[in-house]
Amino acid sequence: MSEIITNAMIIDEKDTVAVAIEPVKAGQAAAWLDKTGGLHEVTAVTDIPIYHKFAIRDMQKGEPVVKYGEHIGLAARDIQAGEHVHTHNVENHREQL
Amino acid sequence: MDKKVMKEMTFMGYRRPDGRVGIRNKVLILPASVCASDTTRIIASQVENAVTFNNQNGCSQVPSDQQFTMDVMAGYAANPNVYGTVVISLGCENCQMDLVLDAIRERTNKPLEHFIIQENGGTIATIEKAVRAARQMAMDASMLAQEAFGMSELIIGTECGGSDPTSGLASNVLIGEISDRMAEIGGTSILSETTEFIGAEHILAKRGKDERVSQRIYQIVHDYENAIRLVGHDVREGNPSPGNMEGGLTTLEEKSLGCIHKGGHAPVNEVYDYAKQVDKNMGLVIMDTPGNDPSSVAGMAAGGCQICLFSTGRGTPTGNPIVPVIKITGNKVTYANMSDNIDIDASPYIYGKKTLEELGDELFTEIKQVADGKLTKAEALGYTEMAIARVCNYM
Repeated sequence: MSEIITNAMIIDEKDTVAVAIEPVKAGQAAAWLDKTGGLHEVTAVTDIPIYHKFAIRDMQKGEPVVKYGEHIGLAARDIQAGEHVHTHNVENHREQL
Repeated sequence: MDKKVMKEMTFMGYRRPDGRVGIRNKVLILPASVCASDTTRIIASQVENAVTFNNQNGCSQVPSDQQFTMDVMAGYAANPNVYGTVVISLGCENCQMDLVLDAIRERTNKPLEHFIIQENGGTIATIEKAVRAARQMAMDASMLAQEAFGMSELIIGTECGGSDPTSGLASNVLIGEISDRMAEIGGTSILSETTEFIGAEHILAKRGKDERVSQRIYQIVHDYENAIRLVGHDVREGNPSPGNMEGGLTTLEEKSLGCIHKGGHAPVNEVYDYAKQVDKNMGLVIMDTPGNDPSSVAGMAAGGCQICLFSTGRGTPTGNPIVPVIKITGNKVTYANMSDNIDIDASPYIYGKKTLEELGDELFTEIKQVADGKLTKAEALGYTEMAIARVCNYM
């Protein structure tokens, strides 16, 4: 196995998105460590700009998008693991907290 | 850096007659309204160490707006970074000179002079008299010797502006580390920007020291959203901003969850209204301010913070007339791009090159040095932009 350098990070174990900490091109691996040091990766299916989010698993339309362990919005359509997650596929949703 | 080291660390500050401690020794030329603002600009330009700002308000305001303006004016005059104040009014504005002077005297007994343009023969005659008064005040200020004070004398304002996802990953986390240290040593740290609690208010409310504080946190968030609804808009229309979104922030909730990291982990001990005087030795407190940076920083400066920690993802030049602003980014690209304006690079935390403890030690030391007199980049460049929060249109 070749040496893997992480180019992403995850904030909370409940998160459905991770953050690219380097620019990731479609087709490249996006890799991050979990809190226990375990390595995870997905193949980017779209370009992911530096510091933007990508899905670490498939999400269905209407499902909450989770970052910081909290809901930041709803999937506006089905989102695939490795896909850039941003305003084009997330809708605002004000929750009564 | 352990607690004992932080508690024993001192800075050289200025003791004020009202008992507070400043880290700058400015003479404030205070415009009571927009109609006095050009005059104060000219007066301040003639006197070493004098500062002023463009007060766009002071007249034709609804009472709640006028109260914001009065509190910012009184709070600026009372801020311990100010030695004394020369108030200039036109004469016919709603913020009448006697009201402004009373509001200042309620907060402080520091040196205070005043001149009304319409009663002094116009702007040129007023400028002449006010320059003499300010010149004397600047010379008196120069005679004041600095003394050593503990870091717990500091009230630190915290702000984030031009945020991006690195704010929540590094720079706000670093500010939160300092906020926790201030709580630990018995100082005060102010978390601000109510619009950027939206979607994260439940997390802050859980940290309220009691039920009253928790309910106040919910209340200021709901009141802010409702105030904007009353004029037919939604707080989300301009927030996140285009730059926030280009940087990678998708929703207001995401921005808020990053924003509140500035408050660290300590209990929230109090919620202050905009520009009201904040007490020292309070640990973590909240001030109800807009997300708009210059008006939020102004609210905390009026609250008496001596220094402001300001995180930015996109990079901003924000300073303040009376409070040094330390700029911090977690974005390595932005630090390289805007290092003329940004003091601290927190990005090594994201890449595992420095720990939060190490960066916290560096920033805590930087705060001590700035308190001793080291200029921040915003100060060295003379950036003093500010605004006063507002409720609605002028009348």
